[in-house]
Amino acid sequence: MLVYILKRSLLLIPVMLGISLVVFVIMALIPGDPALAILGAYATPENIADINQRLGLDKSMPEQYLNWIGNLLNGDFGRSYHLNRPVSDEILERLFPTLLLAGVSLLLCIVFGILIGLFSAIRQYQWPDQILTLFSLIGISTPSFWLGLMLVLFFSVKWQLLPASGMYSIYGDEGWLDLLEHIVMPALTLALVATGVVSRMTRTNMLESLRQDYIRTARAKGIRESKVIYRHALKNALVNIIPVLGLQAGFVLGGAVYIETVFQWPGIGRMLVQAITTRDILLVQGGVVVVAFIYVLINLLTDILQQSIDPRIRL
Amino acid sequence: MSSRISFVKLLTGNRLTVLGLLIISAILAVVLLAPFLPLPNPDATNLSQRLTEPFHPDHFLGTDELGRDILSRLIWGTRVSLAVGIAATFFACLFGTLIGLIAGYFGKWTDNVLMRFIDILMAFPYILLALAIVAALGAGLLNALLAIAVVNVPFFARNVRGGVISIVNREYVEAARVVGSSHLQIIFEELLPNVLSIIVISISTTLGWMILETAGLSFLGLGAQPPQADLGSMLGEGRKVIFTAPHVSAIPGMLIFVLVVALNLIGDGVRDVLDPRLKSGALRRPMPATEVNFAQNKTEKKEVPYEFFMVRSLYTEFHFGKTRLRAVNEVNFELQKGQCLGIIGESGSGKSVTALSLTRLVSTPPGIITGGQVHYEDNDLIHIPFEDLRSIRGNRISYIFQDPLNTLNPLLTVGDQIAETIAEHRGLPDNEIRAEVVALLRQVKIQEPEKRMKFFPHELSGGMRQRIGIAMAIANKPEIVIADEPTTALDVTIQAEILALLKDLQKQVGMSLIFISHDFGVLSQMCDSVIVMYAGQVIEQGLMKEVLAQPAHPYTQKLLSCVPKPGSGQRRLEAIPGLPPAPEQVLPGCYFAERCELCSTECEQAPILLRPIREKQNVRCIKAENPALSGSAV
Repeated sequence: MLVYILKRSLLLIPVMLGISLVVFVIMALIPGDPALAILGAYATPENIADINQRLGLDKSMPEQYLNWIGNLLNGDFGRSYHLNRPVSDEILERLFPTLLLAGVSLLLCIVFGILIGLFSAIRQYQWPDQILTLFSLIGISTPSFWLGLMLVLFFSVKWQLLPASGMYSIYGDEGWLDLLEHIVMPALTLALVATGVVSRMTRTNMLESLRQDYIRTARAKGIRESKVIYRHALKNALVNIIPVLGLQAGFVLGGAVYIETVFQWPGIGRMLVQAITTRDILLVQGGVVVVAFIYVLINLLTDILQQSIDPRIRL
Repeated sequence: MSSRISFVKLLTGNRLTVLGLLIISAILAVVLLAPFLPLPNPDATNLSQRLTEPFHPDHFLGTDELGRDILSRLIWGTRVSLAVGIAATFFACLFGTLIGLIAGYFGKWTDNVLMRFIDILMAFPYILLALAIVAALGAGLLNALLAIAVVNVPFFARNVRGGVISIVNREYVEAARVVGSSHLQIIFEELLPNVLSIIVISISTTLGWMILETAGLSFLGLGAQPPQADLGSMLGEGRKVIFTAPHVSAIPGMLIFVLVVALNLIGDGVRDVLDPRLKSGALRRPMPATEVNFAQNKTEKKEVPYEFFMVRSLYTEFHFGKTRLRAVNEVNFELQKGQCLGIIGESGSGKSVTALSLTRLVSTPPGIITGGQVHYEDNDLIHIPFEDLRSIRGNRISYIFQDPLNTLNPLLTVGDQIAETIAEHRGLPDNEIRAEVVALLRQVKIQEPEKRMKFFPHELSGGMRQRIGIAMAIANKPEIVIADEPTTALDVTIQAEILALLKDLQKQVGMSLIFISHDFGVLSQMCDSVIVMYAGQVIEQGLMKEVLAQPAHPYTQKLLSCVPKPGSGQRRLEAIPGLPPAPEQVLPGCYFAERCELCSTECEQAPILLRPIREKQNVRCIKAENPALSGSAV
């Protein structure tokens, strides 16, 4: 187990290098003078010369990449000229809201997705299964940004039950209740699609594992049905469901871009959209790298989790 | 051609898929005809009529904040959204498929380099990579299309590669290589056609998703730029007036939703038809006990004298839609305490289904028990409540199955799996259960039981796994153990060990044994009496030694001649010519007639009954009394 974790963690290094390389290459695709793109409206000849020198843009590409990696390792993501502050400060400030929103959504989609899929599989082809299957279909087909708007329209504007935007009330005490009120709608919206995916996967995998020979063995042993389902079938289904949960973490982190925009949630997703419209390239670069790294870490966790229930997995 | 017809037929057989197809056809028809429809110019602004509500006489769906007609914009916007979604899918599919084909075909370092690159792309949260691409190239519909296409390449590449790898070593690919086809020829003529179904499934399951994602980028203002509009950008613009005129954003959002639902319905339908795993409702979960339905079988319940274990007129069928296959056809037998009964037959003869039917372990669907009784002590196992049946399963009557790898749960230690059955039926404290597990492992001759009980099934050898299976079966000192080909999957030497162990245990525990095999050699070592099954029927039954000495049924004689005769020095292995009748066939007379050398017209006219031929020996053959026949016994 410990050996597995160590080996698996070592694999992070090439993946993270690869991610940084892809981001670097994409940013090198920027048409025209990157210094101009970075500075945007603030470009004066002195500024351009300054940034070219500071970012080493006058050097060769490989040199630039190594420089950039070196800076990243030191926590130096460069400076946002639009916001006039270090990129790392901006990202740190926005990391918690995004992680909170994504974390709550992920939790919701895991709990509801697995419960719905499980129930569907047990009641296969009866009416609860059909209703829940329909719900899953609706879940994976709904544009989350639209659903968010509609929720705001009804719950905030029409019925005035929940705040329409932000993370805390402007004059509030930033307490837990206030946060809860603000997070309900964005978290539910963000969780919906992922819940649809997880419940479908759970249903399929439960049906698959319920057909296996070891289920017949368990029944031949006279094991009670609840144990057959949870201890034997669900556990085996989880081996295949857990990687899907990892994928959902990616969808939730990415989907946060829409949801944070709709609900004006002060996270990295909204920051990215703003940074793209103001062409704040270093901010985009930094934000994408940080979120991608978080996603990679989550996948490390799901791999470890999967290995801990399936003894057949070795590296 | 025929496969294409059945594909369409299967697809249109699914009502939800048809619904999806109808919706998409309707939407396609409207957007393709858009230039010819009497629609106002979608970009014509009219500030005097801004934000009119739906159902206005001039504007059926109202107008937006610039007074533009929403219905017209909606139809033109759907054109754009569909075109972009389809184009993105096309490019993702094209490049993904190419990468998948090349990686899968060339393998080795080509595969390694390409797939590591794909892995890195997949290490990004999906939409984030698209955002980075749009950030670099700038906002715009074409850039959004490109970004969505790029982030979906890995999905296609991986699916196609998986498909290619599974076929790249098949004979026809080898053959193409041998006759000197070029790489390109092999890839496009041999491989591509065979992964086409994978590509179609991938397209149909991602198209809706692609449309959703491009709409998302446009919603954020990163896709379609004004005055151009797609559904996403209409929704994004409508967001500014959500409080005063919600219909401006609600309507395009609804259309996206309907579009994506319809595409997903079609995608599900296509996947169900093309994915062999999901074909013919294979993914149906078996019930905890076989369904019992005596409706079509009006055999009245006869009063039967008490026996320890007795099966009367058992019928088990498999129902696939309207087809009914009779797997067990009026089976009768008794089992005496402490005795071993063998059931023999070719595969498909119904011997395993008979064994599973005894405690209703045949999977429903498709299995249904349609008649008969299984008397065990004072119960009829076919009719007792499930909980009573469950308390007998694994406790008084237990099973040993054929393939010990698939029949053990891969995620639980073998010790836990043995302990579980003790805990379920006897509820002892943990330490006592543990002690019993160790004792059981010792009893089935497993060395170092304390260590081995912590092993998982995949860490043990086949013979060892079967010992675990046996330990599990005898854990609660059952009165009856049903062993369904317990040694068939094992090597010959291990087979002998397992048989010796079973024989030993039968004496120690004093249990009765039902032993199922296709091998008379194995059965003759184990059993006191034997049942020969053919096409679901018992065709001969009697004491083992008598059947061995004087087999009455021609089929039994053939089976026995397949066994190498001990002492004769020569192996007279003789396969029985012909095949058993197809399971759906219902014959008026003898089921073996077609393969029987003694067959005459009377054999094929009326049902042949099982009748006594000697004391304690029954046979289902009208020719069996023929002295020439009994004289010719092996």
